[in-house]
Amino acid sequence: MPSPTSAYSDFERFRATFFEECAEILPDLDGRLSALQAGDSDTETLNAIFRAVHSIKAGAAAFDFSALVEFAHVFEGLLDRLRDNRIQHSAQVFNVVVRAGDVLAELVEAARTGSDVPPGFGAGVAAELKDLFSGAQAAGAPPPKAHQPKPEAEGPMRTYRIAFEPHRELFRHANEPLLLIRELKRLGELSVGCVSADLPDLAHLDPEDAYLSFIFELQTQAPYASVAEVFEFVDQDCVLKIEDGGARDDTQSAAAAPDGGEAEPESGEAHPPSSRPAAATPVSKGATSIRVDLTRVDRLVNMVGELVITHAMLAQQLSDHGGGQRQQWAQGSQELATHTRELQECVMAIRMQPVRSVFARMPRLVRDIAAKLGRNVRLVTSGDQTEVDKTIIEELADPITHMIRNAIDHGIEDGATRLAAGKPERATIELSAAQRAGNILITIADDGAGIDRRKVLQHAIAKGLVREDAKLSDDELYNLIFAPGFSTAEKVTEVSGRGVGMDVVRRNIANLGGRIQINSAPGKGTRFTLVIPLTLAVLDGMLVAVGNEKYILPLANIVESIRPDHRQVRTITGGSQVVAVRGEFIRLVPVRRIFNIPGAIPEPWKALVVVVETENGSKAGLVVDELIGQQQVVVKSLAEYTAPVPGISGATILGNGRVALILDVEGICSMPDPSAFVEAPGDFQRQAGSSPDLQTVKPEIPGRPEAPALQNINAAA
Amino acid sequence: METQTAMTIALAANTPAAAGVQAAGVKQYISFKIGSEEYAIDIMAVREIKGWTETTVLPNQPEYILGVMNLRGTIVPVFDLRCRFGMGLTGASRSHVVIIVAVLDRIVGLLVDAVSDILTIDGSEIRAVPDMDRAVSAKFLSGIVSVNETMVVLLALEQLFAQHAGGGPVQETIQPQSLQ
Amino acid sequence: MRKRILTVDDSKTMRDMVSFTLKGAGFEVVEAEDGAKALDLLSRTAVDAIITDINMPNMDGVTLVQRLRAQQKFKSTPILILTTEGGEDKKQQGRNAGATGWIVKPFAPEKLLQVLNKVCP
Repeated sequence: MPSPTSAYSDFERFRATFFEECAEILPDLDGRLSALQAGDSDTETLNAIFRAVHSIKAGAAAFDFSALVEFAHVFEGLLDRLRDNRIQHSAQVFNVVVRAGDVLAELVEAARTGSDVPPGFGAGVAAELKDLFSGAQAAGAPPPKAHQPKPEAEGPMRTYRIAFEPHRELFRHANEPLLLIRELKRLGELSVGCVSADLPDLAHLDPEDAYLSFIFELQTQAPYASVAEVFEFVDQDCVLKIEDGGARDDTQSAAAAPDGGEAEPESGEAHPPSSRPAAATPVSKGATSIRVDLTRVDRLVNMVGELVITHAMLAQQLSDHGGGQRQQWAQGSQELATHTRELQECVMAIRMQPVRSVFARMPRLVRDIAAKLGRNVRLVTSGDQTEVDKTIIEELADPITHMIRNAIDHGIEDGATRLAAGKPERATIELSAAQRAGNILITIADDGAGIDRRKVLQHAIAKGLVREDAKLSDDELYNLIFAPGFSTAEKVTEVSGRGVGMDVVRRNIANLGGRIQINSAPGKGTRFTLVIPLTLAVLDGMLVAVGNEKYILPLANIVESIRPDHRQVRTITGGSQVVAVRGEFIRLVPVRRIFNIPGAIPEPWKALVVVVETENGSKAGLVVDELIGQQQVVVKSLAEYTAPVPGISGATILGNGRVALILDVEGICSMPDPSAFVEAPGDFQRQAGSSPDLQTVKPEIPGRPEAPALQNINAAA
Repeated sequence: METQTAMTIALAANTPAAAGVQAAGVKQYISFKIGSEEYAIDIMAVREIKGWTETTVLPNQPEYILGVMNLRGTIVPVFDLRCRFGMGLTGASRSHVVIIVAVLDRIVGLLVDAVSDILTIDGSEIRAVPDMDRAVSAKFLSGIVSVNETMVVLLALEQLFAQHAGGGPVQETIQPQSLQ
Repeated sequence: MRKRILTVDDSKTMRDMVSFTLKGAGFEVVEAEDGAKALDLLSRTAVDAIITDINMPNMDGVTLVQRLRAQQKFKSTPILILTTEGGEDKKQQGRNAGATGWIVKPFAPEKLLQVLNKVCP
């Protein structure tokens, strides 16, 4: 194995680039291998797989990751034959290829972390690869040589006679006798004779043909190999004869030892690689992309946000001091708003990336876990070109991984059970991504056994999370899954660790400003939906007033607004109200009661009902005092100071400098109405959406809330 | 403080004076009044001192969280310290003061009656808090010191704003004890 | 005047390394990810030599060489192909297509410069 020269350490700086590249190549390769296993073995797939392994090998060799290089070399060899159809395609062959892909990924990871793989790791697979290659590669394939063998040591002065007779096509390769002559001159004293016998007359001369031959006499101390090397690129395009004229041991040798006496292939015009650091970022003409520091993009995003706020303030002041110029000002203001919106969209687009990079890792995960647990599972993904802010992408991988693990571990039944239930033996997990109303929805759905209500309840009682006689709604029950320390795993499986990491998952999603929804049907399956707001800094909103407070309602959620007649409003059992709209009954959400806002109009028929639509398509009617006007607002996060405030998704600064809160439509619609459902004290009652710790909360007294005395459930009993 | 116009103190921690002060185990504090009590906090945490402006209420939050205010584009929550200490709400008005502090990576505002002074206190002068007869739970206090015959209580801001594991401010009721 | 070299390779790591070596030796470097992009770039920019990988999506190295040699403009531009050990047939194809010379991957920087020097006057 060639020992790394100092030149290799020059390349150390590219290590990071190499591993970044591997991080892109490997998931893609994985996808291709999955396709291969699924029966998709066309040339394009095989070529892509080959190129992936080829790239990894080339980079690895530059950094001398010998285990990786050796394996990749063997792998590449087989793939080359496969893609040329020199080896028969078969399920068995593809199986080896897929396993080799896994080994390769492990070796890359080991190289990246600098850790060792167990001796003999991958040897089995490598042996299979070699077998399939029909033994053409010797066992323990020789590691690739980094460069041509070094010229032998110099000897005494010799004379070489070289007859060089190029074929006509020499020039087609942009090779030129002049260059050869130059190279020869570097080796020693050269005399050149030209043979022009073949040169035709001008009329028949093709300037692109080579007609001239040469006789060289070279006096040099360089060995034969060095002389031959000069012609290495043209040796197929000429008739070449190199004669060693023997050593010259007369005194002429001393005199004939000019600067060319040493074999110095690097002398002359080539500047030796200097230690001068290479130019800054690898940006070059014609490159289709550039790398930009993420902090610069963040600044850009913030600046655009500030621009929107400033515009809002200007617009406010303009309307305050409107005058004869009103129309032009309004028009200018409108145009500014449009341009700002466009700018904002462009800037946000810079940071957006398709979720594909996260989704691509999942098929392998599913394969691994399913294999370990003896389940037959396939993963179906969709919407992987959905784009998400880069900062969110990285945070998604862990939660999705966790939930898929859980689905396979806990949700999916074994083959026999499934068949007995009339389900296909192979289970399906659907992973999808979509953008809806300013949010990213990531869904993980399985067709397994669903969440076992009884089991969850029993377990929660056993863990002391819930009282024995508590009556829980489905939602409350599912949310128990997120409580820390909750786990229904009877045994700690190697796969899921402590069974569930769902409290961590929930927290991770909450940190992104999102939430998790659960739907489950016993026997049918379970669906988790992650709802994460796009970090779209600017939002189209409707400013509404409720009592003395003002809120922003995202325009995307608004269906219509109505001023109902008191006959349209009905009260149903439990105390909540609905409004009849064109035959539909829409549940009323009394914002003033839920938020405890003094001075708001209590009766819906004297106030305004804004009909909104939530993510799952259901409608609700928010009762507000009035609509003030439409506004573009910059979303500022509240999350820095505490866990999210239920019903509020963020805040913004209005044109008059005051802070206005942005309503979380989904959230507020799922918050309990404090005056409804007044049940016997001691019953389990919890505010939706806040801390995953389950605690009792004293029933709200209309008016200013007192500082609630929060106690742990255990103590409450 | 007599004048209550918005005021920003440039807290140049890198001034030679400050550096000298830090080096000797001596720290500077900003002291303020709530009712008849004097409290103080590390000057390094203080970003700004503002006159009171109206806050936007956050729904369903504990009483001592008055709401949020706009600090030149940043949304800052404001805590009523008197209420936090279980002594009832401050009826905030333009004559009151909000001290903007940075604690645990966050910017929050503390509503107090008035800012008193900048104190320079040597660590050796600080006594432990006696565990009784205090208006505020000892957990939030990092010490007590006597300045010109006045007892000044040093607040531990990190404790005051510590988070639950699951998120959310510490929802601990601070039992009002007998006032001094 | 500095010579400008085009390096074509779908591996960013490779492009970075070649670029680094060449720039350190005083060359100007332009890059392309595959044969098609290389041709596009060459329609706008003049270069003194081309170094290209063989295995690339969209248009592989051999095809690129063929296309280049078919154009008058590039008949005598030195083209080096990057081959791997054991990639004899590809190397031969490259030669037949008109490549000037080749370098075996992985290569030491001085080798790259040496070879480049041989073919690039």
